[in-house]
Amino acid sequence: MYGGGNTFEGIKTDSLAQEDPVKLAEFEARIARGEKIEPSDWMPQLYRKQLIRMIEQHAHSEIIGALPEGTWITRAPGFKRKLALMAKVQDEVGHAQLLYSAAETLGKSREQMINDLINGKSKYSNIFNYPAFTWADSCFISWLVDAGAIVNQLANAKGSYGPYCRALDRICAEESFHLKYGHHCVIYLATGTPKQRAMFQEALNRWWAPMMHFFGPSDKISAHTEVLMKWKVKMASNDDMRNQFLDMYVPKIWELGFTIPDPKLRKNPETGRWDYTEPDWEEFKRVINGDGPCNKERLEVRRIAEERGHWVREALKAPKASYVMPLA
Amino acid sequence: MNEIALKELLYKIADDQLILGHRNSEWTGMGPLLEEDIAFSSMAQDKVGQSYAIYNLLHALGEQEPDTIAFTRNANQFHNSIFTELPNSEYDFSLIRHFLYDTAEIIRFDLLTRSAYQPLADLAVKVRAELRYHTLHANTWIKQLGSATEESISRLQHSLDTALPHALGMFEESLYEQDLIHDSIFAGEKILMERWKQQVEIILSKTQLQLPDWDTLTAVNGGRKGQHSEHLQPLLDEMSEVFRIDPTAEW
Ligand SMILES: [Fe+2]
Ligand SMILES: [Fe+2]
Ligand SMILES: [Fe+2]
Repeated sequence: MYGGGNTFEGIKTDSLAQEDPVKLAEFEARIARGEKIEPSDWMPQLYRKQLIRMIEQHAHSEIIGALPEGTWITRAPGFKRKLALMAKVQDEVGHAQLLYSAAETLGKSREQMINDLINGKSKYSNIFNYPAFTWADSCFISWLVDAGAIVNQLANAKGSYGPYCRALDRICAEESFHLKYGHHCVIYLATGTPKQRAMFQEALNRWWAPMMHFFGPSDKISAHTEVLMKWKVKMASNDDMRNQFLDMYVPKIWELGFTIPDPKLRKNPETGRWDYTEPDWEEFKRVINGDGPCNKERLEVRRIAEERGHWVREALKAPKASYVMPLA
Repeated sequence: MNEIALKELLYKIADDQLILGHRNSEWTGMGPLLEEDIAFSSMAQDKVGQSYAIYNLLHALGEQEPDTIAFTRNANQFHNSIFTELPNSEYDFSLIRHFLYDTAEIIRFDLLTRSAYQPLADLAVKVRAELRYHTLHANTWIKQLGSATEESISRLQHSLDTALPHALGMFEESLYEQDLIHDSIFAGEKILMERWKQQVEIILSKTQLQLPDWDTLTAVNGGRKGQHSEHLQPLLDEMSEVFRIDPTAEW
């Protein structure tokens, strides 16, 4: 999983005036030619800063995203589901590890990033601030949140920063297994008992609004990010990704006989794009700024985990310890 | 061959793997560092997968489906050792349990590779190979944390002291112990325990942890006979929460 719709704020490009114009031109030409930027290459400060911010948010989303699904590992019904969900959530934690390593190549340590997460300084995907009440919620996440993540990650994998792209290639391969697993779970609910069908319909009702929020504010109101598009940091507009997601998954949801809780939802034959009720962007802002149903709980769990693990990490620093962090 | 004895053996081994696998999986997302989170999850997956394989052997012997066996029995029908059902507590306890348990587990499966019950012997070969990584992991961490800082050493020592009597409960003998040995199905808990003690001593001698005199310890038994601590039933209730919504449904 991954939080789409990174919260890009309006980009101030003032700092670009201080960059060496020759180097900057060369850098932009390389990106235009489709070359990858590597950690030791010259890059503008703004590029570095925005990439750290984006990759870090992505890493946080993986580790926080492991929480709502993780609580269903111990309750998964039957061996097949239990084993698959364990493997899936483990993958998500592995994604966090890969992504923190990718971000570290830009000069910010994992420890700093995790501290910023716990202190609320850096964000993670908004969708994980909603609760997973039932097994069907966990199935919704595995199928559709991961599906949204794939739309986002496939786009980003074509970006300009080498280590991030390589991490994403590995991540996308695993995500396709998550998607299959999630879809399979939902098919079983859809074709199961009336109770099972109702469970998923209720999950869909709860999660549709957060899912629409997932790709970030509509292009009409979102911050100007032209320079990030030019530098291939941001690869697609929020509305384009949302539209792509709807194109791929609304038919599949309908096919299973479920009702999507938006009477306006339809593909507009004239524009070829989806019409839908405008998501409540005020709620989105409120939740991403800390006032969602689970923000406090998620960060508190993360904080406790870090605190309880502190002595272990300290012990690994002791001279006798020979533990080596794996590289990205 | 005494089939009741064989089934009882299979049940206790599978139940151990399932319950500890379940406990280990509770670390997912909560590990002291990401690498450990991932490692505990891997080992949990192996254990749950191994329990599934053993329940399948039982199913072939006429017992119910693995899902039914695992998700519908009550605590008093489980034959896991009490050691495996204890809550994870802090990482030091989980690590010590992982070390003490997996050290016994790999010896147990090593002995079982020579079992006269061929399906079990075949499975044991495969399981033993998987467990090499578990004991390698446990030994590495015990050696590092067992000689790193004052805090890590004292935490591990405290957990070791708490864990040992429970660990000895892993070797609680079956009513059919002699039949199993006589039929060459399993070499028996006594031999297993002796080899386990030696291996535990070897690893701990490379740390600053102190092993108490074995004779001063009293095993916490009962699990093999279905007598459990207060921790097992809540674990099972949680595990079967969704399954029990409708046990005839397919999930
Ligand atoms: Fe995923
Ligand atoms: Fe992921
Ligand atoms: Fe995995």
